[in-house]
Amino acid sequence: MQTETPSPYTLPEIKHGFDLTQDQAMIRDMVREFALAEVAPLAHEIDENHRFPEETWKKIVELGLPGIPFPEEYGGSNGGTLAYCLAVEELSRVCGSTGLTLAAHVSLGTFPIYKWGNERLKKAYVPKLIAGEYMGAYGLTEPNAGSDSGGTQTTAVKDGDHYVLNGAKCFITNANYAGTFICTAVTEPGIGAKGISAFVVPRDTKGFRIEKGEQKLGMRGSDWASLVFQDARIPKDHLLGPEGEGFKTFMKTLDGGRVSIAALSLGIAQGAYDVALAYAKEREAFGKHLSELQAVQFKLANMAMDIEASRHLVYHAARLKDANLPYAKEAAMAKLMASECSMRVTYDAIQIHGGYGYSREYPVERMWRDAKLCVIGEGTSEVQRMIISRNILRNS
Amino acid sequence: MKIVACIKRVPTTEAQAKIAGDGKSLDNAGWQYMASFYDEIAVEQAILTKEKLGGEVTVVTLGPSAASKEVREFLARGADTGVILKDDHPSMRDPRATAKALAAKVKALGAEVVFVGRVATDRDHSAVGAMLATYLGWACVTEAIGLELSAGKGVAKRETEHGVETVEFSLPAVITCNKGLNEPRRASLKGIMAVKSKTIAEEAFENVAAQVTVSKVELPPARKAGRIVGEGAAAVPALIEALRGEARIL
Repeated sequence: MQTETPSPYTLPEIKHGFDLTQDQAMIRDMVREFALAEVAPLAHEIDENHRFPEETWKKIVELGLPGIPFPEEYGGSNGGTLAYCLAVEELSRVCGSTGLTLAAHVSLGTFPIYKWGNERLKKAYVPKLIAGEYMGAYGLTEPNAGSDSGGTQTTAVKDGDHYVLNGAKCFITNANYAGTFICTAVTEPGIGAKGISAFVVPRDTKGFRIEKGEQKLGMRGSDWASLVFQDARIPKDHLLGPEGEGFKTFMKTLDGGRVSIAALSLGIAQGAYDVALAYAKEREAFGKHLSELQAVQFKLANMAMDIEASRHLVYHAARLKDANLPYAKEAAMAKLMASECSMRVTYDAIQIHGGYGYSREYPVERMWRDAKLCVIGEGTSEVQRMIISRNILRNS
Repeated sequence: MKIVACIKRVPTTEAQAKIAGDGKSLDNAGWQYMASFYDEIAVEQAILTKEKLGGEVTVVTLGPSAASKEVREFLARGADTGVILKDDHPSMRDPRATAKALAAKVKALGAEVVFVGRVATDRDHSAVGAMLATYLGWACVTEAIGLELSAGKGVAKRETEHGVETVEFSLPAVITCNKGLNEPRRASLKGIMAVKSKTIAEEAFENVAAQVTVSKVELPPARKAGRIVGEGAAAVPALIEALRGEARIL
């Protein structure tokens, strides 16, 4: 068991939020209460045991969190992107793995089918994904194609009413619990990104299998695995969007995904700050509380400022998406800023805790390991800079 | 069945108690508010009753407009409508004045059963429920930990010093709800989004003069600091001695 004090169980109130709508504030408060009562107590254990908490996922589904940004006709609650981000933020504040589970399921596993699927696909899968009948996963990364996803090697060859897929995907979040996998494959070799198409792969597809994922640095309570296609036959109508537009579809999906990973990063940073602040006010050194030492005060000031700036960017990107305005650049900025902020804040949170921060007795080392995912997943920091600079240069 | 749940907006448990300048009230600067703990149980019981027997749940509170936050929370959990009997100075009321105002509203709503918390966690009077039943001339079951309602009647369980008591009563009735009666649910996403289509009415009420007024408030004396009697097993005899002699709890 971890030391009870200071612990994330007694998080102080975040004053931010005067500009939220009543719905958004209620969703944030509801998820916060749920996160403190049901998610925080498991955060240490699931990290320690590399365990995906199925019981927590069931509760998340009961609360309706997977449906926040989707319309009611699919079983969603039409709450919008910002409300969804608030939910991810609050979960991540106490447990990054749980925040990631929801973010990957919604933004990557469900959203692309809702956005680009034909009516049949949408009706067949989206309500089940929202109702949590199974999880959704998204397969872009391959052993030889990560940031360079245009270099996808998995192939899809048309054969009558089917496409036959061969290849492999790795680091696929939620894979062991997913019922559908949205994957890219090359339908026309030799022409680069324009030859890539996207498919919805049902779990029970013959010739498709899931293999055990690697051990991870952080996010150990989030599931991941590898996918293998060996002459996997996918029905023609499971093509997501037009043939050859899979890469474009995936890039647009990632724009949305980035906002949620930015919210995930923000939550981790806020959680680490909360714990460090409580510790600084309690722990004594040199005859004073740490919070009375300027070296610590300045760290806290930087952390608070960093988080506040990130929060503005994250909420702004989410609001742009809700208003149907272009948001790719802002999503990349929010993701880059918040993820790097989460690295800085968790690093300083450990420093404030000193030796205790380095030990597993306190949650800050877990938060630091979890934060590292945020500067890699859904586009590394380097990729975010590419996206931002492309956007700037295109419009200048 | 028309069901009413009465709730009170109270300061959160983190609110710091500081005596106001008048010496007979508390300074509420910087306080955050929430619904009283036992009122959550009352609303949950109202919603459970609706789910079992059908009907409509109205949440009624006396308080400022800002209490709409707490009322909304209960609408999100499944109550149907909310009523705020608007009172910007709730601390000036005594339980009798509150009960009278609630009784008038309950009558107007044509309710058959009213659920209230066994006590509000701020003033600790534990009086409004019983007074409300008296004004209405209804049966009153206090501190219920179990409840079965059917057409026109009910059976409740109450925990007493001597064990669990089972009581029978006929409706209409006022039930004051104790911990253990149910486990209040959380609002779901759908519940939160449904709040927009529900109404919270703000109404005036006849505020009768308080018969009991607060003349002075004093904070409890500060607790004495603890004392470490020693470390490890060697300190046990000294600890036992201190618990016997100083603390007198052994």
